[in-house]
Amino acid sequence: MSTFDLSSSQTGSEEPRRRRRETTTITPQGAPNRRNTELVLLAFAVLVPMLAYANVGLAMDQKLPSGMLGYGLGLGALAAVAHLVMRRFAPYADPLLLPLATLLNGLGLVMIWRLDKAGSLLRKNFAAAPNQLMWSGLGVALFIGVVILLKDHRILQRYTYISMVVALVLLAAPAFFPTRDEDFGAKIWIRFGSFSIQPGEFAKIILTVFFAGYLMVKRDALALASRRFMGLYLPRGRDLGPIIVVWLISILILVFETDLGTSFLFFGLFVVMLYVATERTSWIVFGLLMSISGAALVATSEPHVKTRIDAWLDPMAAFAPTPPKGSTEQIGQTLMAFGSGGTTGTGLGQGRSWLIQFAAKSDFILGSFGEELGLTGMMAIFVLYGLIVQRGLRTAVATRDPFGKLLAVGLSSAFALQVFVVAGGVTGLIPLTGMTMPFLAQGGSSLVANWALIAILLKISDSARRPAAEPVPAPVAEGLTEQNRGALS
Amino acid sequence: MNKPIRRVSIFCLVLVLALMVRVNWVQGVQAEAWAGNSHNDRNKYDRYAHPRGNIIVAGGQPITRSDFVNGYRYKYKRAWVDGPLWAPVTGYSSQAFQTSQLEALSDGILSGSDSRLFFRNTLDMLTGKERQGGDVVTTLNPKAQKAAFDALGAKKGAAVAIDPRTGAILALVSTPSYDPGRFAGTGDEDAKAWNELHADPDKPMLNRALRETYPPGSTFKLVTAAAAFESGKYQNIEDVTDTPDRYVLPGTNVELKNASPDEPCGKATVKTAMDYSCNTVFGKIGAELGGEKMRAQAEKFGFNNPAVDVPIRASESYFPSKSSPDGTAMDSIGQHDTRATPLQMAMVAAAIANDGRLMAPYLVDEERASNLTTISKHSERQLSQAVSPATAQKLQQLMESVVQNGTGKNAKIDGLKVGGKTGTAQHGENNAGLPFAWFMSYAKAADGRQVAVAVVVEDGSSEREQISGGGLAAPIAKAVMKAALDR
Repeated sequence: MSTFDLSSSQTGSEEPRRRRRETTTITPQGAPNRRNTELVLLAFAVLVPMLAYANVGLAMDQKLPSGMLGYGLGLGALAAVAHLVMRRFAPYADPLLLPLATLLNGLGLVMIWRLDKAGSLLRKNFAAAPNQLMWSGLGVALFIGVVILLKDHRILQRYTYISMVVALVLLAAPAFFPTRDEDFGAKIWIRFGSFSIQPGEFAKIILTVFFAGYLMVKRDALALASRRFMGLYLPRGRDLGPIIVVWLISILILVFETDLGTSFLFFGLFVVMLYVATERTSWIVFGLLMSISGAALVATSEPHVKTRIDAWLDPMAAFAPTPPKGSTEQIGQTLMAFGSGGTTGTGLGQGRSWLIQFAAKSDFILGSFGEELGLTGMMAIFVLYGLIVQRGLRTAVATRDPFGKLLAVGLSSAFALQVFVVAGGVTGLIPLTGMTMPFLAQGGSSLVANWALIAILLKISDSARRPAAEPVPAPVAEGLTEQNRGALS
Repeated sequence: MNKPIRRVSIFCLVLVLALMVRVNWVQGVQAEAWAGNSHNDRNKYDRYAHPRGNIIVAGGQPITRSDFVNGYRYKYKRAWVDGPLWAPVTGYSSQAFQTSQLEALSDGILSGSDSRLFFRNTLDMLTGKERQGGDVVTTLNPKAQKAAFDALGAKKGAAVAIDPRTGAILALVSTPSYDPGRFAGTGDEDAKAWNELHADPDKPMLNRALRETYPPGSTFKLVTAAAAFESGKYQNIEDVTDTPDRYVLPGTNVELKNASPDEPCGKATVKTAMDYSCNTVFGKIGAELGGEKMRAQAEKFGFNNPAVDVPIRASESYFPSKSSPDGTAMDSIGQHDTRATPLQMAMVAAAIANDGRLMAPYLVDEERASNLTTISKHSERQLSQAVSPATAQKLQQLMESVVQNGTGKNAKIDGLKVGGKTGTAQHGENNAGLPFAWFMSYAKAADGRQVAVAVVVEDGSSEREQISGGGLAAPIAKAVMKAALDR
C-alpha cells in the first residue's frame, strides 16, 4: 500500500518484490470502497443507542420513552447524511471510523438524557440532552463540511505557520477569561455570556496540523544532524529549540490555566510526532525527561496541581470530617460508582451515579457508564476507543505522503492520549485532569472538534486507499527525500 | 516512517490496555470494597429500596413496619409499632443515621441483601416480583416486656427476663427509652430529634440492660455463696459462719458495716446472712476464699466474658482477678471493682434456677425469608455449668428464703415458687452517688415454666434512705415474673 514510503523497507533488495506484491493485491479488482460495510455498521451504531434509550425508559418509567422515535430518527438522519456524503466525497475512506464515532456519540446522548432524568437528585441539574443533540448535529455538520470542502488533506500543509499562531491564541485565550467556582481552578473555557467553548479541543487539531507541517520540513535536520553519544543520537543545540519551545508552552499552560491534561496532551503529542518524523528514540528519552522534570517542577510549585495529586493518592480523604482544602468527593464517588457497578452493572437507568454530582454528565460520565453497564460495558467502550485510535494509525501507515502520515499519527495519538488522560483520571489510574471523554461526555466544543478530527482522518484514509489508477499528486521531491534518508540512515 | 508509527500504535494499545487493567482492578478486584465503602450512600438507599422485613416477637406480632413513602432517594421508611417499648431490642434503622442493634445485626436479612437470600432474590428478579426483606423472629414476650416497661415507668433503669431452661430472653427493657421513629428519616425534624436524644443527660439511647455495667451490690452475694458451697467451705445453708460482730477488713482498720447494726449477722447461718443480706458474712467469706476462687466462680456465671452476644453484644461484666484481701472482701459483696450488666445478673439467677446449667442468652430465635422459609434457627447452647446441681439447690433455698423471710418479700407471688435477692449498690466517689436498687429473682410455675429476672433502678428516689432493692426493684421484678408466667 505505501508505495512511496521506502523508509520502512529494510534492504534494497526486498523493496521491488514488496512493491510488486502490493500493487498486485490492490489494483486489479479496483479497490473495494467498503461503503456498504460502513452502512451496515452504521445501522448497528444507530440501533444500539436506540435500544439503550428504550432500556432507560423502561427501567425508569416502565414504558418506552416518548421521544424514542424522534431520537432514533435524529441520530439515524445524522448518520445517514454523513454516510451519503462519504459515498460521494470520500468513497475509499476507512469504513469503521464513522460508525464508531456515531455509536459513542449516541451512547453519550443516552447517558446524558438518563442523567437529565435524575432530576434534582443531581445538583444543579438541567436538561442537557437537547443541547447535546444540537451539538451532535453541529459536529456532524462540521464533519460533512470537512469531508466536502477539504479536497486533499495536503492543502492543510499550506497553513502550517498560520496554524501555529491560531493554536497559540486559542491556547492562551482562556487565561484571560474569568473562571467560575465549578471549574475547580482549571482555566480552559472562553465564555461569552452563557455560551462557552473549550478552545483546547480545537487547538488539539490545529496544533497537530502545525506540528505535521513543521516536522515534515525539519525532520531531516532533526534526524541527521546529531552526534552519537552512549547509543543515543543527541540533537544539535539549535535543533533542540522547537521542543524546548513546545515544552515551555505546555508548562505555561499548566501554570496559567492549571490544566494538567491539556499540557500533558500537547507535550506528549509533540514528542510522539517528533519521534515518528525523525525515527530517533533519543527524542522520546528527551521528551520523557523534560515532561518528568516539568511535571515535578509544577507539581511542587502549583497548589492546584498538588491538590489533584493528593486527591489521586487518597481519593477518600475528601470524605473525612475535615477534608483537605480544595478537595472534592468526586473521585471517591466515581470509584464507588465503578465498584457498585461491578462486573455486569446495575443496568441503564438503575444506577445512582448522580451521587457523583457536579460533572457527572461531562468529565465523570465514564463513572455513570461504569455503574450502569459495569465492567463489561467499560471494556466495550475502551475497545471502541482503541479501535478508533488503531484505525487512525492504520491510516497513517497506509498514507503515502509524509505530511498525511504525520497528521494521521498526530490526530490518532492525540485522541489516544486524551482518552487515556480522561479515563485514567476518572478510574484513578493517574491524577484527574480537566478534559472530557471524546464523543461521550457533555460538551459542545469537544463533540464538534472530535467530529472534525474524525473527518480529517477519513479524508487522509480516503486518499490513502484510493486506487493507484487515480494519479496521486505526491511531490517528487518528497519521494527523493525519503530515498535519501533511507540511504543515509 | 512506518516503523515508528507501528511503535506508536503499540504504545497506544498499551495505553488502552492500561485502562482496561485498571478498570478490571476497580470493578473486579476492588469492586466489593468500593461498593461496601462506608461513604457509599448506595447502601443506605438500597436498605430502603425494598420493603424492609420485620422484627417479630413471640406470638407472631411484628414490632416494626416498613412504610412506603416513595421519596426521591428512599422508597421506604422504617417505623415501629411501639418505639420506646422495643427500642432496646430493635435499635434504630434511620435513613440519615445508620442502624443499630438488631436492625444493624440482621440488616442483611431485613433488607434482603443477605447472601443466603441470593437464590430467592434472583428468582424474584426473573419472575418480576418485588424484592422483600426477610423477618427476624425474636424470643421476646410482649406481655413481660410491657409489664417491665410500665413498672419501670419514669424511673431510670433496666430489666431483663430470661427463660432459665433455654436462655431465651423474654424481656429487655431500658428506661428512659426513645422512639427510633423520631429520626428514621432524613429531614430536619429527624436531625433535631437525633441531636436532642444525644444531648439528653439521661442518655435515653443507652441500652442499660446490655450496655451499662453497675456495681451489682448484694445481689452478688449469691455468687459468693456459690463459691463457698462449691469450694466446700460450707456444706449446708444452716451452717453457722464464724463471723464476728465487728468485722474489720483484712490488712486495714476499716470496719465493714452492715445495713443496720441490729441485724443478726454475728455468727449467723448462711441462710440468715442471706435473708438479712449481711455484708460482714459474705465479705469475710470472699476474703477467705481469695480473689482467685471468687473470680473463677464469677466467670462460670459469665463474668469477664467480653463476647456475650445475644446477638447484640453486651458489655463485659467484670470481677477483678487481682485485688488486695480487703478489696476482695468488698468485691465479694458486689462493691469495689465488681461490675455487672442487668443481663449478667439475670444470667446468675437463671443459672441458679436451672440447677446450675447456664444457657447462652439469645434474642433471635429464627431468621426467615419473606416466604417464611427458615434461613437460620437458634439452637440452645449451654455456656457453662455454673455450679453443681446440689449447690444450685442450696442457692435456690437461700433465694426462696429471702423472698419468704428476708429482704425480698415484695416479690412474693401466690402460686409460684419465687426466689430472689435484693441489692442496694453504693457507687460514686466516696459512695456519694444515690445507690442503685437491684433485684434478681426467678419464678417457677407448677407446670415447669420458669423465668429469671434482673432489675436495676438507678434513681428510684432522691432520698438515700428511701432506696432499697426490696422496695424499688422487687415490685418491678414481680410484675415481670407474673406477666411472663401469665399470672
